[in-house]
Amino acid sequence: MIEAQHLTKRYGDKVAVDDLSFAVRPGIVTGFLGPNGSGKSTTMRMIMGLDHPTRGRVTVNGQYYHDLAWPLREVGALLEAKAIHPGRSARGHLRMLAEANRIPLRRVEEVLGVVGLSSVPAQRAGKYSLGMAQRLGIAAALLGDPGVLIFDEPVNGLDPDGIRWVRNLLRSLAAEGRTVFVSSHLMSEMALTADEVIVIGRGRFLAQQPVGALTASSAGRFVRVRSPEVEKLRAAIDEHGAHTSLEDGALLVRGMDRDEIGDLAASLPVTIHELYTELASLEEAFMELTEESIEYHGGSREGQGAAR
Amino acid sequence: MSVGATDHRAASAAAIPAGRYGITDLARSEWTKLRTIRSTMWTLGTTAFIGLAASAIAMGVTRAHWTAMSAADKTAFDPVEVSLMGVCLGGTLLLGIVGILVVSSEYATGTIRATLSAAPRRPLVLAAKVLVFGAVALVIAEFMAFASFLLGQAILTSPAKHATLASPGALRAVAGIGMYLCAVALLALGIAVVVRHTAGAISAYVGVILVLPIIVSAIPGSLQHQIERFLPLEIGSAMINDATPGSFGPWTGLMLVVGYSAVMLALATFLLVRRDA
Repeated sequence: MIEAQHLTKRYGDKVAVDDLSFAVRPGIVTGFLGPNGSGKSTTMRMIMGLDHPTRGRVTVNGQYYHDLAWPLREVGALLEAKAIHPGRSARGHLRMLAEANRIPLRRVEEVLGVVGLSSVPAQRAGKYSLGMAQRLGIAAALLGDPGVLIFDEPVNGLDPDGIRWVRNLLRSLAAEGRTVFVSSHLMSEMALTADEVIVIGRGRFLAQQPVGALTASSAGRFVRVRSPEVEKLRAAIDEHGAHTSLEDGALLVRGMDRDEIGDLAASLPVTIHELYTELASLEEAFMELTEESIEYHGGSREGQGAAR
Repeated sequence: MSVGATDHRAASAAAIPAGRYGITDLARSEWTKLRTIRSTMWTLGTTAFIGLAASAIAMGVTRAHWTAMSAADKTAFDPVEVSLMGVCLGGTLLLGIVGILVVSSEYATGTIRATLSAAPRRPLVLAAKVLVFGAVALVIAEFMAFASFLLGQAILTSPAKHATLASPGALRAVAGIGMYLCAVALLALGIAVVVRHTAGAISAYVGVILVLPIIVSAIPGSLQHQIERFLPLEIGSAMINDATPGSFGPWTGLMLVVGYSAVMLALATFLLVRRDA
């Protein structure tokens, strides 16, 4: 469980995180969405006690990070890829972390196996690809077998095989009852991985809801229709007051649902070959949410880019 | 590369120990950090070698020219000081730079965030660093001092005059220069925590060690000597040559350098706790 209350971070007069309150529950994957510079990484660093909040507080399992008895055994985090000394091997990096929290050294070998780095544990990290560095970061997060996991952009630099692996890993971690908090700029990735998303824009809280609700609620939803008599159908739908457009011979309809279009086609009658409701992509839903926030704060653009 | 097993759980499901992480855990971690970077080990090795080489060359040249040297030069020649000059200057620079890298490389690579995630009580992290690096620096510096002294004296065969550890002041100079080097390397480590960038920290440190004496030497007369004796390298030189006029005694000088380091490390602790990592 991660709880943030009125979390605020200013750098000089720039507000990176603005009065953010949320709770990340155990047992599900919670996505953390926001455009670049919206304060995701800053928020995660504040959870980890690395950056000090200007105001407000954030706790992990009811405790400040600073007060955790064995931090790596309670919270595992991947905050940035390549946060490893290029001269140190994967094994050396994990070993120094394990020792700091009295984690048995055989656990180092275990997590190296889990992330698929068993064949290169002695190789210096400077020679690692971004994908390998990412895997090492994930190994470090899993090292203490923690109940809370925080991942900042974990699929960056991974090949499709690796992306699928991370997705499965996150889901299985959540299924075991752990708290999994993962940020991503890949909205489509969130749609596949997260159960719930917290959306922020320019450091401000915008929404926290199930992924399904986020896409379903969007006005970007439309119905795709294929028909051999597309013009006839289009005229009828236009008459009905819905908005239509053509794309690759298919008719895209906004403002009428699938059942209504089916009924209308039957009454004409017009043959239908395909009738399919397309949800707006999470990306579209997300754009819609953040656009509003940008309009709302239209006067103060200088806050952008304050967060790394 | 193949993707690993999906079972990420701890097969080695060791029970969570009682209490909380402490300085011994962090010291163990710092030792691993130090020895798993090859360049650090190389620099430490080079440091020891430079002291030895400087001593061997100086002594070799002296021995070869001894019969041709003037009586005044022969009287002025201090076998203890000359065998330790390379140790003093080389050690001050190289051990200081390693002290800087121990900290600044963590900032440069982002390792500091992994370190502070594992151990959020930052003063404890710094204490572990000081303990481990201080111990390593002391061992290297003492080894280098004794080895350079003994090698140098062995080269100075008769008729050249040479010293032994039993000679007046010799043991104090050899052991003392090692302690001075440890203290000054910790000053460098403290500077690195404050500055956080390798180049900036090295500039600041080299400025204090090498540039400050040049500036001070431009100050006229007796004022110059009053200021000079407070400079770290001057204190190091006085440690191996107690005939330096106007300087502090060896132990007073050592306490001064320890004091500089303590003040710098106190400032470092304050800033480390206060700033974002």
